[in-house]
Amino acid sequence: MSDRAPIYLDYSATTPVDPRVAEKMIPFITEHFGNPASRSHPYGWTAEKAVENAREEVAKLVNADPREIVWTSGATESNNLAIKGAANFYAASKGKHIITVATEHKAVIDAVRELERQGFEATYLVPEPNGLVDLDKFKAAIRPETVLASVMLVNNEIGVIQDITAIGNVCRANNIIFHVDAAQATGKVVIDLETLPVDLMSFCAHKTYGPKGIGALYVRRKPRIRIEAQMHGGGHERGMRSGTLATHQIVGMGEAFRIAREEMAAENERIRMLRDRLLNGLMDIEETYINGDLDHRVPHNLNISFNFVEGESLIMAVKDIAVSSGSACTSASLEPSYVLRALGRSDELAHSSIRFSIGRFTTQADVDYTIELLKNKIGKLRELSPLWEMFKDGVDLSKVQWAAH
Amino acid sequence: MKPVFFDHNSTTALLPEVLETMLPFMTQQHGNPTSRHVFGRNTRDAVEQARTQVAQAVGVQASQVVFTASGTEANNFAVRGIASNLEASQLLISAIEHPCVTRPALAMRTSGWAVNAMHVDENGQLKMDDVSKKLNSSTGLLSVMLANNETGALQPVAELSVLAKQHKAYVHTDAVQALGKIPVDFIALGVHAMTLSSHKIGGPLGAGALILDKRVDIQPLLLGGGQEKGLRSGTENVAAIVGFGAACAIANDNLSAYQEHTLALRTQLEAGLNQLKATIFGGKSTQRLTNTSFFAFPNVEGETLVTALDKAGFAVASGSACSSDSNEPSHVLLAMGVDEDLARGSVRVSMNMQNTAAQVDAFLVALKQEVQRLKAMTAIAA
Amino acid sequence: MAYSDKVLDHYENPRNVGSLDKDAANVGTGMVGAPACGDVMKLQIQVNDAGIIEDAKFKTYGCGSAIASSSLVTEWLKGKTLDQAAEIKNSAIAEELALPPVKIHCSVLAEDAIKAAVADLKSKQVGSKEAA
Repeated sequence: MSDRAPIYLDYSATTPVDPRVAEKMIPFITEHFGNPASRSHPYGWTAEKAVENAREEVAKLVNADPREIVWTSGATESNNLAIKGAANFYAASKGKHIITVATEHKAVIDAVRELERQGFEATYLVPEPNGLVDLDKFKAAIRPETVLASVMLVNNEIGVIQDITAIGNVCRANNIIFHVDAAQATGKVVIDLETLPVDLMSFCAHKTYGPKGIGALYVRRKPRIRIEAQMHGGGHERGMRSGTLATHQIVGMGEAFRIAREEMAAENERIRMLRDRLLNGLMDIEETYINGDLDHRVPHNLNISFNFVEGESLIMAVKDIAVSSGSACTSASLEPSYVLRALGRSDELAHSSIRFSIGRFTTQADVDYTIELLKNKIGKLRELSPLWEMFKDGVDLSKVQWAAH
Repeated sequence: MKPVFFDHNSTTALLPEVLETMLPFMTQQHGNPTSRHVFGRNTRDAVEQARTQVAQAVGVQASQVVFTASGTEANNFAVRGIASNLEASQLLISAIEHPCVTRPALAMRTSGWAVNAMHVDENGQLKMDDVSKKLNSSTGLLSVMLANNETGALQPVAELSVLAKQHKAYVHTDAVQALGKIPVDFIALGVHAMTLSSHKIGGPLGAGALILDKRVDIQPLLLGGGQEKGLRSGTENVAAIVGFGAACAIANDNLSAYQEHTLALRTQLEAGLNQLKATIFGGKSTQRLTNTSFFAFPNVEGETLVTALDKAGFAVASGSACSSDSNEPSHVLLAMGVDEDLARGSVRVSMNMQNTAAQVDAFLVALKQEVQRLKAMTAIAA
Repeated sequence: MAYSDKVLDHYENPRNVGSLDKDAANVGTGMVGAPACGDVMKLQIQVNDAGIIEDAKFKTYGCGSAIASSSLVTEWLKGKTLDQAAEIKNSAIAEELALPPVKIHCSVLAEDAIKAAVADLKSKQVGSKEAA
């Protein structure tokens, strides 16, 4: 066991705050305090100016108008606000059917389930085995009363990029409000909301080197999209979202998104190189399976199943690297990843998956260390594994009659 | 000269010792508390420590604390969350609640709830005889703030809970303005839910909490990853939560010093205000928060006075910060039966430990000048 | 997840990993669990002519607690008679390893594996006596 801090390869769970972001935030948490909604004194004014600058930076990263950006406490709130807010607003005129995908983040799935309890109907599209949505299946799910579709841009577990241009065009043609969860996408893929046929898009800061506790929802102005507020109060954010805003966190999100805009092209190349190195190293190991399409995928993510090795013991074995088995948000439970199961992976392979997510501060040495560690530990666990022994003896495990337990 | 901040009911400066506790979580301690690796375990431990600190500040168990992003969210969560899991009946709120209680309460009308306001007297305190008139067996939920943000008037929440219990109704109290200013004891108050906020007590923006009686069945506002035992999904704002916890611990330790200090300043301020013939709202000083003074001068427009004072270097509020986009007179004063013109002239000074007697003296000098100048202008205009 | 030091020790340094000849007359094999459940335990015991367990080996696909539970019982089994082996209770395993409630099933699985191995051996012995 080593005493060094584990190598962080869990950037999809959360990223460290970039030191440049922290530097921008700290003055606003010490000197420039003030409630940005307080109009009557300069404490409030300084805060308001900083908030508006940050709004511009967020808008610029995704080529939107700053007036289309509404602050929230994070992507979970953005997703809840977009889905419940739009569905409730347009239900009366359009209908009560929603389309989403089985591999969406829980915040989307659970918001849709809540609407089902309120009398909406929902279709949860099962993606192809590579994790991508089949456009024809999407079209087939549309009904005259389909009011809303929600499809994420980049999947948090397997990193695949959905074709939201194609899906959005279908939505436009059918007068369906289209929401996209882009929490995992900012700084990783180019987002141009001037051309993308998207009506609502969720963002958060802490997956893009900004602070936790702050996010945003893009709400299109032309054509104007309306949402019903989910949080009522002082009428902040043009009535769409109430609650005093944390100026330093907003400033942090703005700075994080500015850095992302300026550096993402170079950064993604470097990360792609590291990912390929990791991929090549790990694919040397027998019986490994990549989860999710490798081409339509952000370079930051590698999700691999190691056959004949149990998931939890695998996580224990690799405790010198910080990775996730399944999404961070569900890893408290022992259920196999619902995302991998939706791709048709067996429970065993879903259990034995590791999500490696690479980021700004990952080095080549980190990757090399990880490859060696995995080769060593997988070998050791397989030596312990009766399944591996049977596989090596040529036993077809699918034909074995397992003792019920 | 740095302006003097007299608007501490709106927000407070982050305490340096609170910032100290937060900095590690704004930089190197970055794990997602849900992650099982050491990065996640470290931030999880920090969140749980803060939960204990918040719990101790109001005398509950840590497991009764649900962290939210703000007091606004906690109020929305309490009112909508509790009402949504009850059969539609009567929802009673006081006439002086913050909009983040009033608006979600009114929104419950679409689900069949009857929403009624309980009146306050001329001092801004809940009229218990009106409560008795309106409270009945078809009342599901009451929400009354513990201390009013504008007048600082303390509300008889414990008394209200006793009455509510007879009718098996739930009681929520918004204790955002009370925390750190008066002793707040969740159990003694007999409430089922209580809202707290970090940035009013020297903690950071971005953290609030709803304290819950374990018997309360509440529906979450935010669904998703299942954080906060499924009651509030979303990655925890670790730095803000840690700061909130630290601020609660400090507020708890400093409570008597705070009350002594702010009461002395307010006594000094109100002696001066009386000389200037101001009308002071909110009743006897013992029935108000020690830090709050809400007053008006006849024939002086509050917004104009606030702007003038701002130029003179004093940050004060007219009405609540959250509604200062509008020029409507304070709904709290109107509920107290204050004349609309006088209400339009209202100014709120809210102090804390960082204010000094010298600041109050300087403020009274500036106030006298500005009031005389504005009155003279009004006289000319007339 | 916090594991006890004993679990970690068995996980880091598992005892008696390996396989015995499952076709040998004095070897009993128990395989319990299922891959879909996340645990498969293979436990083998070898007895001498006096009916005393002289060797025990295991292989386990499962979490750290499952590996530790099976590693521990291989130590306990050596030197015991089959009847004594069959008396090993999951509660003793759970207590020794300080397993948290969510991991009690690992100790249950280890107890089941012992029973299965003993049963396998006994059936072989009955079979060989009949043949003789």
